[in-house]
This record gives sequence, C-alpha cells and structure tokens, in this order.
Amino acid sequence: MGAYLIRRLLYAIPILIGVNLLTFALFFLVNSPDDMARAHLGNKRVTAEAVEAWKRERGYNRPLLYNAGRDGIERVTDTLFFTKSIRLFVFDFGQADSGRAIADDIRQRAPPSLALAVPTFVIGLLLNVTLALGIVLFRASVLDWLGQIGLVALMSVSSLFYIIAGQYLFGKLMRLAPISGYVDGWEAWRFLVLPIAVGVIAGIGAGVRWYRSLFLEEIGKDYVRTARAKGLGEAQVLVGHVLRNALIPILTGAVVLLPLLFLGSLIMESFFGIPGLGSYTIEGIQAQDFAIVRAMVFLGAVLYILGLLLTDIAYTLVDPRVRL
Amino acid sequence: MSGASAWQLAPLWTDYLLWLLVLAVALTIAYVRRQPHLRAPWRQVGRSGTGMVAALVLMAYVGIGLLDSVHLTSDRGAVVSVLDLCLSDLRDRTETTYSAPLATHSASLESMTDKDGNTVRAAPRLRYGGAHLGAPAQQRNADLRDRALLGIAKAVALWLAIAVVMLIWRRRLGSDGFPMRRVLGTLLVMALMIGVLREWADGYHVFGTDKVGQDVLYLSLKSVRTGLMIGLLTTLVMLPLAMVLGIAAGYFRGWVDDLIQYLYTTLSSIPSVLLIAAAVLMMQVTMSNHPEWFDSLESRADLRLLFLCVILGVTSWTGLCRLLRAETLKLREADYVEAARAAGVGPLRILSRHIAPNVMHIVLIQVTLDFSALVLAEAVLSYVGVGVDPSTPSWGNMINAARLELAREPVVWWSLSAAFAFMFTLVLAANLFADQVREAFDPRRRA
Amino acid sequence: MFPLRSLILCVCVLLAGCGERAWNDPYPGDPRVANTLYTSFRDPPKHLDPARSYAANEWIFISQIYEPPLQYHYLKRPHQLMPALSASMPTVRPLSASGYEVWGDVKPAQTVYEIRIPKGVRYQPHPAFADNGSVDDLLDPARLLAQPDRELIAEDLVYQIKRLAHPALASPIYGLMSEYITGLGAYRDTLEAAWAKQGRAGWLDLRQFPLAGAEVVDRYTLRIHIDGSYPQFIYWLATPFFAPIPWEADRFYARPGMAERNLSLDTHPIGSGPYLLLESDPNRRITLARNPNWHGETYPVAGPPDLLADAGKALPFIDRAVYTLEKESIPYWGKFLQGWYDHSGISSDSFDSAVAIGASGDVQVTEAMQAKGIKLQTETESSIFYLGFNWLDPVVGGDAESARLLRRALAIAVDYEEFIAIFRNGRGIAAQGPLAPGIAGYREGEAGINPMTHEWVDGHPQRRALAEARELLAQAGYADGVDPLTGKPLLLYLDAAASSGPDSKAMLDWWRKQIAKLGLRLVVRDTDYNRFQDKMRKGQAQLFQWGWNADYPDPENFLFLFYGPNGKAAHGGENAANYANPEFDALFERMKDLPNGDDRQAVIDRMVGILREDVPWLFGFHPVEFRLNHAWLYNVKPNLIARNTLKYQRVDAEARAAATGAWNRPVLWPLSGLLIGLLVLVAPGWWALRQRERRVGVEEA
Repeated sequence: MGAYLIRRLLYAIPILIGVNLLTFALFFLVNSPDDMARAHLGNKRVTAEAVEAWKRERGYNRPLLYNAGRDGIERVTDTLFFTKSIRLFVFDFGQADSGRAIADDIRQRAPPSLALAVPTFVIGLLLNVTLALGIVLFRASVLDWLGQIGLVALMSVSSLFYIIAGQYLFGKLMRLAPISGYVDGWEAWRFLVLPIAVGVIAGIGAGVRWYRSLFLEEIGKDYVRTARAKGLGEAQVLVGHVLRNALIPILTGAVVLLPLLFLGSLIMESFFGIPGLGSYTIEGIQAQDFAIVRAMVFLGAVLYILGLLLTDIAYTLVDPRVRL
Repeated sequence: MSGASAWQLAPLWTDYLLWLLVLAVALTIAYVRRQPHLRAPWRQVGRSGTGMVAALVLMAYVGIGLLDSVHLTSDRGAVVSVLDLCLSDLRDRTETTYSAPLATHSASLESMTDKDGNTVRAAPRLRYGGAHLGAPAQQRNADLRDRALLGIAKAVALWLAIAVVMLIWRRRLGSDGFPMRRVLGTLLVMALMIGVLREWADGYHVFGTDKVGQDVLYLSLKSVRTGLMIGLLTTLVMLPLAMVLGIAAGYFRGWVDDLIQYLYTTLSSIPSVLLIAAAVLMMQVTMSNHPEWFDSLESRADLRLLFLCVILGVTSWTGLCRLLRAETLKLREADYVEAARAAGVGPLRILSRHIAPNVMHIVLIQVTLDFSALVLAEAVLSYVGVGVDPSTPSWGNMINAARLELAREPVVWWSLSAAFAFMFTLVLAANLFADQVREAFDPRRRA
Repeated sequence: MFPLRSLILCVCVLLAGCGERAWNDPYPGDPRVANTLYTSFRDPPKHLDPARSYAANEWIFISQIYEPPLQYHYLKRPHQLMPALSASMPTVRPLSASGYEVWGDVKPAQTVYEIRIPKGVRYQPHPAFADNGSVDDLLDPARLLAQPDRELIAEDLVYQIKRLAHPALASPIYGLMSEYITGLGAYRDTLEAAWAKQGRAGWLDLRQFPLAGAEVVDRYTLRIHIDGSYPQFIYWLATPFFAPIPWEADRFYARPGMAERNLSLDTHPIGSGPYLLLESDPNRRITLARNPNWHGETYPVAGPPDLLADAGKALPFIDRAVYTLEKESIPYWGKFLQGWYDHSGISSDSFDSAVAIGASGDVQVTEAMQAKGIKLQTETESSIFYLGFNWLDPVVGGDAESARLLRRALAIAVDYEEFIAIFRNGRGIAAQGPLAPGIAGYREGEAGINPMTHEWVDGHPQRRALAEARELLAQAGYADGVDPLTGKPLLLYLDAAASSGPDSKAMLDWWRKQIAKLGLRLVVRDTDYNRFQDKMRKGQAQLFQWGWNADYPDPENFLFLFYGPNGKAAHGGENAANYANPEFDALFERMKDLPNGDDRQAVIDRMVGILREDVPWLFGFHPVEFRLNHAWLYNVKPNLIARNTLKYQRVDAEARAAATGAWNRPVLWPLSGLLIGLLVLVAPGWWALRQRERRVGVEEA
C-alpha cells in the first residue's frame, strides 16, 4: 500500500511539470510583459519608462528561458520560467500582477469558497440520491417516465439561467435572502442559502440521472433477487440492499470531486458576490492577471491529482483485491 | 441593397467544415445502411416515438443552421447567408431600441412634442411593429387574431399535404414500427407554430427587439448556427484526436500507452474553464496581431468561432479517449482479434477492420451527450468573456446581455426568454435523442 | 409525514431567531440604527498609495483619508480652489534666473509656491507611529484606534513629493512632474542608484536625499520650485498626489512579512483627513471610520439654498462608511431599491424606471421612486468621449483636403445624440468641441455650437442633415461611399477597447449602422485594452474610440490633447490622434500661461475653431452623472473633479431603519404554493407505490 501510494505520488510530478510547461507556454505567448504592464498601469500618462519600471518591480524583465547575461546556475534560474513557474512547485505563488500577494489572497478566499461548495455538494448528493431512489422505486411506470422527462428538461437549462432566475425570484421579488454579498462567521448562512439552493437545483438533472442508472444497474444483480425472494418490500430492498451496495461507486465518485471543492464555483460566486476562489479566478481572467490564473491552474491541477489519489485509496480500502 | 446586384458564393471557413461534416454524415449513413448489425440499433431509434420527435426538432434546427451556412456576397461587398435573404424583412426592420413582443410602441420613453407643443415623455410608435395599424390600442388584438387564424389555416393546409405524402409513402414502403402518429403530431405543432409566427412576424416583432432595435426572433434564429457550430465542429476536431490516440493507447500498450495517458492526464488535470480561457486569450492576441487574416467583420467573427471550436475540441477529447482506451484494451484480447493477429494481419488493418467499428457505439453515445453540454457551455464562456465574438449572434451573448436587461424596469425579459426557449428546445431534443441512441447502442442496456 | 412536520418546526425556530431584522439584510453584524453610510464599489482598488493611485475607484477612498494642501469648494460651480490642509492659499512667486520676482510679460525662470500648514495637525492613530507596533494593532479596529499618532509637519509634504520619484512606486505623474518640479528628474537617478545598492528591497529613507525643488523652510512651511512657469500646477496641489505621508509609514510597511500579508500603503493608508481606514478587504468590503484626530472644518455657507441646511456645522457628520464590493448590476440595483445602499449611480438600464423628463424638459424621478422618497442629483462630468482619427493614417488622417472632407462627412453622419439616447439613456450632452461644460473657455448656447455639424434651430442645436454629409463625401471623392480605387465601398477600421461587457455587441452594431449611412463599411477591431493602448502608442489605429477625464478644471487639460509635441506615436504624449497643426500649437503655448479672461477666451475660441475645421476627433459627448439618493441621505452634490465628499454628507439612520424594515417584508405565499405543488406531485406517487406493493404481495402469495 505504502509503496503504491509513493509510486502514485511520484507519477504526479511529471504531470505537474507538464501542466506548468503548458500554462507557461500559453501565458507568455499570449501577453508580452509589456502588455501586462500597460494593462495594470491604468489609462493615463503611461510612459515607456513607467512600463519598464513596472516590469522590473514585478520581475518580468528577465528573458524567457535562458539568461545569457548571467553566470553559472543563474543563467537558468534568473529567467521568467524559473522565477514564475518553477516556484509554484513549492507553493510560492508570488505576487499578482496587481501587486497583491497571491498566497494571502488564496488563504483569505478559500473559506467562503468551501462554505458555499461543501454544503452544495453534500445537500446535492443527499437530495439526488434520495430522488434517484424514489424514481427507481417507481421504475417502468408513468411516474418514472415523467421523472425522466423532467430530469432531461432540468438538465437542458443553462446554469446561468438558474442563477439569474433564482436571484430575481427569491432575492428581488420575494426578498427571502440578501441578493448578494457575504460576511464572515455564522451569519454567512443568510447569504449562502440562496446560492446553495440554486446550486443544488441546477445539479438535480444530471445528478439524479446518474444515480438512477447506477441503481438500475445494481437492481439487475443477483443479490437483489435473493433479497426479494426473502419477501422484503420494494422500499426495503432498495434502501437496505441496493443503496448499500451502490454506496461504493457513489462515494468513490464523490471523493474525486472533494479537493476540487476548494476551487469553488466560478459563476455562482461572481453572481452572488461571494469572495471565494471561483470569483478570484474569474476576476483574474477578466483583468488578464496571469499570475493569478497561473497560480489557480497549478492549484487546480494539484487538487485534481490529489482527488485521483484519494480515489485510489478509497478503492483499495473498499475492495481489498485492488490492493497492490 | 440594390436588387440587381449579382450574388456570388462566399463561403466562410466554418461553412466548409460544416458541409464537410454533412458529407461525412451522409457517407456514414450510406455505409450503415449496408451493414445489418449497425442498421438494427438505428432501427430501434427509428421506432421510438421520443427519439423521432427529438430527431425531427433537431432536423429543423440543422435545417436553419445549414441555410445560414451558405454565404453569398454581392458586388456591394456585404456577406449574407441564405437565411438572411429569407429573413431579410426581419433583418432590415430595425427599431431604435427595446420594444416588447408584439408591441406597437417602444419600450423606452422619449421626450417628444405633443399636439399643443408641450414636451411630454411617452413611448413612441415603432417604425415597423404594428405600423400598419391606425389605432393600435383598439385594433392590435383583432389584427393578431386574424393573422393567427390565417397562419393556422395555411399551416393546416401545408400539414395535410405533407401527411398525405407520408401516408402514401408508408403504404408503399411499409411502416416497420415507425411512430407515424407522433411524427405527424409533431409536424402539426411545428407547422402551426411556424404558420402563426410567420404571419405575426410580417407585421410585428414577435419576440420584441433588443437594445439597438434588432428583431429578437431574427437574432435567435441566427444563433442557431452558432450553437450548432459549437456542438458539431468541436466534435469534428475532437473525434480524430480521441479515436486515434485512444485506440492506439489501448492497442499498442507500452510506451505509446504511457505517453498518451500522460498527455490526457496532464490536460484533464487543468480545470477546463481555465484552460479554455487561457487558450482563447492567446487566440485573441494572435488575431489582433494579424488583422490581415480577415478582410471583413464576418470572416473575423467566423475565424474566432472556428478557433473556439478547435480550442474546445482540443480540451475536451480526453474523456472520450479514456473510454476508448479502456474498451480497446478489452477488445484486443477478444478471440477474433487474437485470431486475426495469429493469421498475420497487420496492426493497421486490425485497428480499422476489427477494433474501430466495435468501439463506434461508445463514440456515438459520447458525441450525442457532448453535443448538448457544448451548447450549454457556450453561454458560460460568453459570461466569462472567452466565448464567441461579441458581434456573433449567439444565445450566450443574448443571456449575457440579459444581465443588464433584467436590472431595467420595466424588466426586459424577452431576449432572455427567447434565448432560453430556443436553447432549451435544442438541448432538450439533443438530450432526448442521445438517450434513445444510448438505449439502442449500449450493449449493457440492451441486455 | 413526521420528518416534514419537524422540518417545518425547524424553519419556524430559525425564523423566530431572526427577530426584527429583515431576512435579506446584507449587514447582519451591524446595529440596525447606526450613523453609517452604506454604499458600494464595482472595481476593487489596486493602489491606495497616493503616489500611485490614479483611478476614480481608488480616489473615492483615499480622498476621504488623505488631505492634500488644497481642495475644491463643495458647492460652488465652476469649481473653485480653497485651502484644505494648508492654512491659506499658497503664495506664488515667479522669479527670474537671478532670483528676483518678475512681473508682466517677462518669462520667469522659475516659479515658487510657498505652502504653510497650521500647527497642531495630527495624523490618524497608526501602529507605524508606535515603537513596536504589530500587525494586529493594524488589523484589529479597536486596537487601531488606540495607537499613537504624531504631529504633521512640512517635511511630510516634501517626503511625499520625493516619493513621486521613487523607482519602486512608478508614480503615474512622475513623468509629468519631472518636467516641472526642479531637479525631480535627477532625483530619480539618485534614488535609482541608492535603491539598486540596497538590493531593490526594504526601506529607502528619502529624508537622506535632498530634493532641490521641494524645500522645507521651517517646521510648518515648505516651498516648491517649478522650472519656468506651470500655472496649472496649483490644481495638482488639490490631488492626493501631494498629500502628506509620514516617513514612518514607509518604514513600517517595509518590515519583513508585511507584503506577504498584503499589508502596504496600497491597502492600509495613513492619512490626516476626516476619515481613516478601519477595515480593508478590497475583495469584499472596505470600512472607513471618523478620524478622531482630524483638525476639523465646517460645512460651507455659500451655495445652492437647498444644500445649506447644515451651513456652518462641524464636519464630518457620518461616523462610519461601509463600501461593499458589487460587481453585477442586477444585485446592485436590486439592493439599492431595497434600501440597502444609500445612494446609487444609475446604470443606463435602470434609467427608465428611475427618471422621467418632465413636461418642461426638467429631469425628475418617476412617481414610483418619488413614493419611496428617492431624490436625483445630476452633474455634467468634466470628461469627453470621442472618436479619434489617426492623423498619420493615409486615408482618414492628415492635412489633405479629401481626408478632411471625409472626416467632416463622418462628423455629421455619426449621430451621437442617438448614441446618448440609446446607450446612456440621455445621460450626456453631445459635445460641440473638446471642452466640457463648466471649464473656462466653454461657450454655452448658440455661440457654442459646432457650425460644421450642427445648426441652431428653435433654441436647440440640431445635427445637420445626412444629405450634407453625402455631399461632402462626394466632394472627398467617395461618391455613395464607393472607393474609386477598388470600386467597392470604402472600408474603415475602428479600433475599440471593447470589453466583453453585455453592451459591447450592441455598441459595435450601432457603429456599423452609423458608418453604413454613408455607404461606407466599418470593420471593428475590438481588442483588449492593453492591445489597444499598444496600437495607439505605435500610431497604428485608423479610427479609435477613447475618452478623456479631466485632471483639473482648466482648458489646458483638454486642449493639450491636440498639442503636436504631445503626439502619442512620436513622443509618447497624450495626443492620441497624433494631430499636428503649427498654428494650433502656437496658440496653445500662449493660452497655457494666460489667466482666465477675455484674452484667453479669444485664443481658445480660435483654437476650437481650428479643431472644428480640421476634425481630428468626432467630438462625442460629455457624460452627465445622475445619482439617486434615498430620502435619508442629505447634502449630496456630485462632484467629479474632487472626491472628498464623504465629510459633507449626513444620514438619518432612524428613517433608514424604518424604511428598510417596511420595504423588505418577505413574501412567503409562493413558498407555500411550492410546498403544495410538491405534495400534489408526491401524493399520487405514494398512492401508486402502495398499490404496487399490494399487487406484488398478492403475486408472490
């Protein structure tokens, strides 16, 4: 087990290097440091000298990959690639192009992101599994058919529309919750109710369908027939046997998503004014603050790989045969 | 626009690709017809009522999209599509600014001078919407009713003609479980909608007008092409990548497998929105550095759409690739593949003859599922600011604009609703169709 | 059914816990009645350091916190300077090279501004003034207010002028000021050397390096030396760039670990103004609180009578101001209507609901808004949005007659009145020339119209007919818009820094429609803003859309945008059109040094006349700012030149609490409707299940 995990961890390194190379290539092909400087210096009275000064202070005045003007190891280390990309490996995110320290911003913004993403995820999971069980209970009936159509319909609505409609109905017309905003501490629940509800509803369509097919697959198996033969009621069969056996794929499927919850929800956060990592990323994209986007890409990749790792562990724990 | 001007074909890049895709689909259909084992599942799709209704709706959309993908140019230099020519009334009848669906007056107030020379703030009459009415307040509803009745009459007549043809055809060829009643029912609903819309659109803006007074119905119809392009061209880009790499990884194993696995794990470990955003930003910069690549606004917007599809394709092949690799791993151990290998058949031939046809169902299921996801994704990308060109009509752009419109009072709800309705119908049809395809092709479900 | 019942019970308990407060109150932590101003900001400020900040969204904060020597009178228009920090208006002495005062037409070799500040002015409390102030002293509001302070001295003002040249700060006005303040350019080199020597990090004590142009006379007096003369310099003394900064601030924030926690003058200012920054989270909200050490001031006694209710009373009125980040317009407008923001700028899209133009053309809020007690304030901004022609472009630019006629045709055809009506809902006036209303040299009424594009009809300017534009176009050699060289419509290229904003598509469509009116075709090349700037810098654009926001209310600040030596492509100046006209340049040099009056007006008229004939710009429009205030907010007068307006405003917190309470009762019946709907859905299912269970039971039996 230990050796297996270490091997998986080692495997993550070339992937992170690949991610880094890719983002580096993308970002420095996109925008020359001159562009970044101008973008951040504002509109008025931007002189060439100011651009140079900005680049120097942000460390963008280095060559891309190889610094011929230096000696020894500095030829490689005193370059944009080394200072801006390699340092990410030790989670040294450095400064955003706007001048703020990225690590501090990430620390500040992770809690609101989690406060939104975790409840949405958990409530969504419970609700979807419950609904899926309900629909499976009525399988091959009119209710099942109606439910299917309803789910496909729910799936076919753009997530933007859920947000816009939710905000308009519950925030503006019914005045049940603040339209947007966030505060720290327990009072945050007032601000979170609406986005969580919208997030859960937006996820019902795809989620329930997924769990439904999962349950249907389980129902075809032998043990269900045995259970039925014992004279158990349909509901008991479903909850007692099908659900219990389906828990393994449900949980392993959920585990891979857990780390990504850190990143928050991109559009949900920026619509509801929740100062999390999702809106941070969007702002980074819209302001073309590449230091932020680069850091978030790297963080996202790390979390994704962490998710894969957790899934592996979950599998080995659940199914001893996989243990290597 | 002078009527005498000569029209010439002026295809855009995406036009070529879309028609290429149409050709490919046609060839595939011809091929499938000759393969009994492939025909059977399709026949199952053909027998399902839901599947056929969805297919009908999809065909209507594709028809609009194809009409909009034949671009012509006149000697005046304007590039328009055949759809534009069909809808030239809708296109040219622009008002000044917002007006509600079927309205006769603008939705925004203007200062004007009344009979007595006083300045009052009132909604002005529209230039086109209901302009034929003398006293709109009294006449509009009656006019709408008359037009609707006329439209219904025409629609029913048209539908009867189609129904007769179809029934005759069915009598001659045999039905084979074709859900004739549902198809005809759907056709009737569609004919009625088109008939009434057509009659109304002749004198009104059925879905209102947007901020600069363009007809929302026209914009929604134009957006069909954008939505289809995003869904279809992306597939065109993604398919070869996913198939070649996925099958190669599964079949050859070894370092090929390692390399391809590394490639897709790396790509999929980057959150997709971020990857797309980064690539789109790069594309924008490249395009603004090379203004000589395009001579008109249309070709510029078109190139951006094409690049967006390529980017979406390059970032979304990993899922399918993974599935194909797993399936190929299973297939290469199958008896008939082993036998072929023992008989000394070359790997290329094994791949094309034995493996590729047997993973097609996975490809098909995945592609139909991806289509609707892509159409939905377009809206989100537009919101983030990395979607299609702002000058391209698209549902995403319409929803994006609705952010401001909903803050107005009285609320401008019609653009959002129209975009929502058109998009929802397409995605719903695509999803339902995908369900039927999966039902028919997925071996696990057939069991 | 038991779980459902307990759920309802839970909800009831939760609701009971809410008490009096509205469910949607976005400030659950604050007392319901408090002398606090609630408002919002759209873009997080990047720099609150007065040496770097040069954006309106930053000045709304630092103008309350820092106090420069001068300020503008709150109520008087046209704007008038008056002392803020300084004890009186500075004395200005033009000197000859040998140091004697000169008069009349003699060109001075230098000009000396002497500023005196009163004794006993103190900074806000701040840990920088403590011997070992900690980060917590800064971040904890209660501890911040208990920190020590110190007296403000003339050297602090000099210190800030020195900071303008600091290599790490990259002050946006360094380039401009180094042309005028004696020795500032050389001072930059000195600092650069010292900064490099200490490894470009840490604290550089500027007090060690004397600056010739900024001299401390005594503890409370300083002199600023200007090379030659620069009459507009006095306006700069009213900007935060010249507000005092204590040297302790730089020392404090240079400590290790500060930057990593985003603690710097860019996030936590140290000022001497009426407010201090209590909490700073640019990603969420920024809170200002009354500065206990402020030297004080009284509300002005002259001005429009409806704003004089508090005349002579001690400022400031408001104890705390909470600025909440609000990026999307739907929540922003919704919250304003619910009473959670005390005032609101109006986005164009909410305009119809908010404002009606009365029978006599006066602007007032609609009845629905009046019922809520909402009041409207308007003010024309000292800005202009324009369409520039690149003077270097072979088709549209330059002195050639055909290009001039083409430009004049476009000047008539592009209907900015329509633009204002559609995109700004009338919140703007079509510009007749480069000068904004309220700026010296601006002419009102018939005398002020641009005869090239407008006629005076019935007491209003009216755009000339499109036929005239077509005629001009034909004279230019493009009959019906057809380019004789290609036989096709002439293609024009518009460079716009289009955002991906919701309106940009509509705006680009509108531009195409305008140009198409003449039979021309327009290709819009919208790029992101820095690409656009890059293009402008290289002079590669053809048509471009841009704007200018005045730094100070003087015609020089508009007309220098056409001054040849300011050409952007050649000299990196602000003349983005790269316009060059020797006659204009000569007049500009004269106008610059003249005092306001008839002489100056004559020169300005001539200059504006030249611009109208040459048409280097299509003069677009001057935006008009509309602001809505709730009834409980008093003393509001929009002021777009100066932003230090918070200290004058007053809120009636009782009235606000009553209103927000009444307006925000939750609407619950749709929820019960939803619940009933769900039951209707579930009940038959339940019934069907029972049926099936029974059937299965029967079959198995």
